Amino acid sequence: MQLSYYPGCTLKTDAKNFEKSALAVLKHLGVSVDELEDWYCCGVCFSQTRDNLMQQIAPVRTLVKAKESGNRQLLALCTMCYNTLKRSIEFIKDDAEKLETIHQFMDLETTQFYGNEVDVVDILTLIKQIGLEKLKKSIVKTDAGLKIASYYGCMLLRPKEIAIDSPDDPVIMEEILASAGCENVYFPFRTECCGSYQIVNEPEIVKDRTRKIVGSAVKNGADLMVMLCPLCYFNLDEIQQDIQKEDKSFQTIPVLYITQLLALLMGLKPDIHDFSLHSIDPRPVLKMKGLL
Amino acid sequence: MKKIGVFVCHCGINIASTVDIPKLVEDLKNYPGVAYIQDYKYMCSEPGQTLVKEKIKSEKLDAVVVAACSPTLHENTFRMAVQTVDMNPYNCEIANIREQCSWVHKNITEATEKAKRIIKSVVEKALLDEDLEPVKVPVTRKALVLGGGIAGIQSALSIANSGYDVILVERQSSIGGRMAQLSETFPTLDCSQCILTPKMVDAGQHENIRLMTYSELADISGFVGNFKVKIKQKAKYVDWDKCTGCGLCIEKCPKKVPSEFDQGLGKRKAVYTPFPQAVPNKPVIDCENCTYFITGKCRLCEKVCPFDAINFDETESFIEEEVGAIVVATGYDVYPVLNMSEYGGGKIPDVIDGLTFERILSASGPSGGEVRRPSDGKIPKEIVFIKCVGSRDPENHYPYCSKICCMYTTKHAMLYKHRVHDGQPYIFYMDVRAGGKGYEEFYQRAQEDDKVVFLRGKVSKVYQDDDKVVVCGIDTLSGSNVEIRADMVVLAMAIRPSKGIEELAQLLKISIDQNGFLTEAHPKLRPVESLSAGIYLAGCAQAPKDIPDTVAQATATAAMVLNLFSREYLLHEPIITGVDEELCSGCGLCIAVCPYDARKTNREKGVVEVNEILCEACGACAAACPSGAAQQRNFTDTQLSNMVKAILAE
Repeated sequence: MQLSYYPGCTLKTDAKNFEKSALAVLKHLGVSVDELEDWYCCGVCFSQTRDNLMQQIAPVRTLVKAKESGNRQLLALCTMCYNTLKRSIEFIKDDAEKLETIHQFMDLETTQFYGNEVDVVDILTLIKQIGLEKLKKSIVKTDAGLKIASYYGCMLLRPKEIAIDSPDDPVIMEEILASAGCENVYFPFRTECCGSYQIVNEPEIVKDRTRKIVGSAVKNGADLMVMLCPLCYFNLDEIQQDIQKEDKSFQTIPVLYITQLLALLMGLKPDIHDFSLHSIDPRPVLKMKGLL
Repeated sequence: MKKIGVFVCHCGINIASTVDIPKLVEDLKNYPGVAYIQDYKYMCSEPGQTLVKEKIKSEKLDAVVVAACSPTLHENTFRMAVQTVDMNPYNCEIANIREQCSWVHKNITEATEKAKRIIKSVVEKALLDEDLEPVKVPVTRKALVLGGGIAGIQSALSIANSGYDVILVERQSSIGGRMAQLSETFPTLDCSQCILTPKMVDAGQHENIRLMTYSELADISGFVGNFKVKIKQKAKYVDWDKCTGCGLCIEKCPKKVPSEFDQGLGKRKAVYTPFPQAVPNKPVIDCENCTYFITGKCRLCEKVCPFDAINFDETESFIEEEVGAIVVATGYDVYPVLNMSEYGGGKIPDVIDGLTFERILSASGPSGGEVRRPSDGKIPKEIVFIKCVGSRDPENHYPYCSKICCMYTTKHAMLYKHRVHDGQPYIFYMDVRAGGKGYEEFYQRAQEDDKVVFLRGKVSKVYQDDDKVVVCGIDTLSGSNVEIRADMVVLAMAIRPSKGIEELAQLLKISIDQNGFLTEAHPKLRPVESLSAGIYLAGCAQAPKDIPDTVAQATATAAMVLNLFSREYLLHEPIITGVDEELCSGCGLCIAVCPYDARKTNREKGVVEVNEILCEACGACAAACPSGAAQQRNFTDTQLSNMVKAILAE
């Protein structure tokens, strides 16, 4: 299986753990990805907030690069990038007028893009494509007995046109983790919004959300919380520390990217993780469960 | 040649402003066959009709062409008028020069030319029109009512009370339907069973009603006034002729299963009546759950029955009957809560649908009318009711309003408050639709007297937290998020036509709409008729509706049935497609294309025969016939060809 890979900016900076672990897991499962030679910022979800074609230029240029790479599938690890790229396609495909206008504003690109030549794929769907049986066979730490709370956030599930699973009752993370031998912890806030960019202007909103989401995961007995979105990760990991400073009784929970957990369960070398990037240190739990 | 009178209507200025009528009259007066031509401002008015009638007599006209509006509007008017002066109505034709000419054109010269050609073509048709007499059909004065809920019972009783026989078919072992499950009814809070059971008993004992429960329609043929139906009686394994309904078998039966009547809250036995007031009050054995049918051992009921009524060898049987009219009243099902994962439907035991809450409230329900929640039997101190669940949600569920939920949810909150005085009911709503006699007052009472808290907004999430069911929603009137730690949640689920409606509609050859409800002939003017003559619709099978509306509609179906039965003969439009036996080779092409099963081969004669009553004159056979043997009356090939020639002539 050969596919292109679009990292996006966070994966090269704050979310290095995600990139390294995800690529290692995919390699272990026999999938190699080609990072696009030249890529741009996806435009972030801001590009989707207004019905403005010009704001689609950034994601469309990336999609043109993906088409030029010759691979049908384009992997976007960051969920925000996934959301943006996929919605850009939804926005312009089958609309000759929009396609023509947008091409007029792209001087460097010579390749014609119609919107249906590139499939943007997230890593959960990709792992399911590779096969849960194959994943199961690749797991070496089968007796870790981990109780995992899977947190989805919203970028993979909304709007429904680009959702990878049911927006209200998704199961894909639980399916993958069950195949990897983990016990899934159901907690009602797994699809709740983390507060997203409100962290910049209204951090109290994010604190409130984090308190709810983390509190619910802890209450339901999870050892770890896993997720995919770097922004959710930031809000749910770093903000826990802030909450604890204010409220000593607040119980924290370590947060990992789902691929970090899979890499550990596969027994891949732990040096792909930089645990200093975590605010809530996961090492004590991981050691206790024999994963380190 | 026939003498034809042409009457040109101005329709005020509707026609006259675009069609040059004096020129039209002048140009047409010498057209072959036109013996008389006259224009008038409003031909459909009383003086206009009188003009037509007088001229038929004075000019000794054989046929009339009225050049006016669409025939759907006034063809009948003019045909009735010419009949009064002894002209056969089928010699009166309409030339549509309004909808098909003046309304859609601007240029007077061109519109006048077009009007002329339209009239000429109709004159050509009228020249060859024959006198026709309506086909007479006898009527079987017996009705079949499908569905034994309140709609079916009401319809059956109304027909039977007028002296006609009715067969009332019900799928369950007892009649009563959904209404029998309800607790008390809005807006008067009278007990549902108390007002329903007397009607059930009436239906069960009525000398003109043949009750066929645990039965289904298996097959049907025929047409209005003359249906032949085949009804399947499912195997009951209890001989109801011997059974006295003593209930000993039910008492001794060792197998318990969740009761459908109690929405799974209570238990019933494998040999059972759905509820104690069942009509007929005789049990059936549910072979899917009966220990004997599963393991081959038990037969305890057989041993204890004092009347030898248990018969494990009973098989399903079929009864054939002839009926003249059919009422379809098959009711509704509740959209399962399982479809609402965001509200915890199917996962949280204390999230239930409204019908289940009816059983909790019902004095004959599993908790004897005490409000206790399903999970642990505790009396809930706070209940959240959510309306429009699955309804009015075109993106994910059903687009329509289920109509009954606003009122029954208000009633639920009220009844709950009456039973649990220190309890607090909350209702999340999109709108409160309290249209109906006494409904708005009822809603006001719930707010003012019973202190029901109405929150206008949607619920985003329902989850279990310890023994509470937490409801997160928004109150759009105060613009704030609301979180209620309730003990129980009741979802006003959408209602949809009962299971099997598609198959039944196919069998009856009636149509269903995009949401699966049966389609009425006209949404305003023919609300209880289906598009198939002789088949009528009542209750929630046609659209969501409450008990008063259902009873009104059911009574109306009876009026339609009685109207049909009041006639000695039914008259059928004589414009049908006949067969010229001289020309017919019996190839059968027309039989294959006929959508009404009106044509069949007469093997002795080797030709095709037409059932004049079934034929709807669609003309498919006439088009398919290779020899020209199939000719539609007054639309013969010659007539149509003459009409085309008149339109295309230079």
